[in-house]
Amino acid sequence: MKETIIIAGFGGQGVLSMGKILAYSGVMQDYEVTWMPSYGPEMRGGTANVTVIVSDRKISSPIADQFDTAIILNQQSMDKFESKVKPGGVLIYDTNGITRLPSRDDIEIYEIDAAAECARTGQAKMFNTMILGGFLKVKPVVQMEYVMQGLKKSLPERAWKTLPQNEEAILHGAEIIRRVK
Amino acid sequence: MAEKDIRLMKGNEVIAHAAVRCGCDGYFGYPITPQSEVMETLMELRPWETTGMVVLQAESEISSINMVYGGAATGKKVMTSSSSPGVSLMSEGLSYIAACELPCLVVNCQRGGPGLGTIQPSQGDYFQACKGGGHGDYHLIVLAPSSVQEMHDFVGLGFDLAFKYSTPSMILADGAIGQMMEKVVLAPQQPRRTDEQIAEECSSWAACGKGKRKQRNVCTSLNLQPEPMEELNNRLQRKYRQIEEAEPRWEEFMCDDAEYVLVAFGSSARICSATVEMAREQGLKLGLLRPITLWPFPKRVISEKAERGVKGFMSVELNVGQMVEDVALAVNGRADVWHYGRTGGVMFTPEDVLTELKRRIVK
Repeated sequence: MKETIIIAGFGGQGVLSMGKILAYSGVMQDYEVTWMPSYGPEMRGGTANVTVIVSDRKISSPIADQFDTAIILNQQSMDKFESKVKPGGVLIYDTNGITRLPSRDDIEIYEIDAAAECARTGQAKMFNTMILGGFLKVKPVVQMEYVMQGLKKSLPERAWKTLPQNEEAILHGAEIIRRVK
Repeated sequence: MAEKDIRLMKGNEVIAHAAVRCGCDGYFGYPITPQSEVMETLMELRPWETTGMVVLQAESEISSINMVYGGAATGKKVMTSSSSPGVSLMSEGLSYIAACELPCLVVNCQRGGPGLGTIQPSQGDYFQACKGGGHGDYHLIVLAPSSVQEMHDFVGLGFDLAFKYSTPSMILADGAIGQMMEKVVLAPQQPRRTDEQIAEECSSWAACGKGKRKQRNVCTSLNLQPEPMEELNNRLQRKYRQIEEAEPRWEEFMCDDAEYVLVAFGSSARICSATVEMAREQGLKLGLLRPITLWPFPKRVISEKAERGVKGFMSVELNVGQMVEDVALAVNGRADVWHYGRTGGVMFTPEDVLTELKRRIVK
């Protein structure tokens, strides 16, 4: 098993921390993981992305040009990464902020209304974990018990009080994601 | 046995943890992207409250390296870290430290140059690290980690080698290894050496108090008389030959039957190992030789491969061709030697490397 994922959106959407939760979940399940962030001009100019690889054997290159899954949270990232999904791969996007829908026919496309859902419940900070839940529904690369452990490991102790809400968001994300293509 | 301490961490964060855990006495630094997490993590760890390790943000890189110079002269285990432009500022100090034969550890998490350049990964400081940087005939022992675990392990190794040979060590990483998170097993906490231990272990050279000795130890690189200065140079060179003999380190991946060999270090080596996997799937007999010590360079193993009949070596670096010169010297005309690189913080993919290699082979 080897899953190469790109998560891309605006800084502040929790792109990097979503990747960290996923990577830490992989560590808890005794997988090999790499987490490679953008830390340069993109980040300083607003957009951020992270490549996470989860594998059951040693990972050679942490840098990838083609992805098994792309999780897209803004239009700029859609423009940049839609073409980088491997044929037969998965593209997940949040409807909020996407003005031009993906057009490829050779990949699975999923939609999730996490931003709208978080706005409705007033829990904006649960946005990224909700998306993560959606992803794990489509690609259960890590078992849920290890995801919950990875979540706790990723958060600083002062944020542990939000663990139940985050867990709930992960489960809710799995419910609301839907395949569109 | 106690359970292993496994964490998910950035390469830079792990440098800080490894420093505290190996009993480092002092860190002096100045922030610069992409290595600022080193000092940031140390400030969060607050080792001065536990092991007594000093962590100090100096007013510049020039100050940091000279604080390291002073600390090293007293026999303490001291270090600094920076990124390319900052290391350029430290070069004068490094030459002085090498001339005084003092042990210390310097971490360079490289970014693209020249000049202020970019904050993205690069390997453009190979020449600076391996061929000098500062003035005069000196060398640093240069370690090139290609994983977060090696970032951890090379802190201890770097200090060990520095003290073994009384010479500065450098960890030559880059923005990719520094910013990437991977699984890492942290070493157990070692105590810092006591002043008594330091006085005993370093009594022949450290300026740590006269004690029972008749003479004070003096650490200086200034010698106005030419003959003693030449003798210092001769002594340094004898030491460097000894290091070249005993300390080259490298790793081979699928080299046994390889017709072509990629030579790459650090993050480039990670990318190239994926290139080798792809090439092998296509039936191309490709191997990877990863120098772990860049100085001393593992020239003998490359020479042996050229002798055995490897047809071509491609040095793959995030620069316009620096290590390739050492590869060519080792090959010495017995096989083709090529370079492939990107600069400015642009990284190649495993596919890019394979495409370039095939282009070279066809020619």
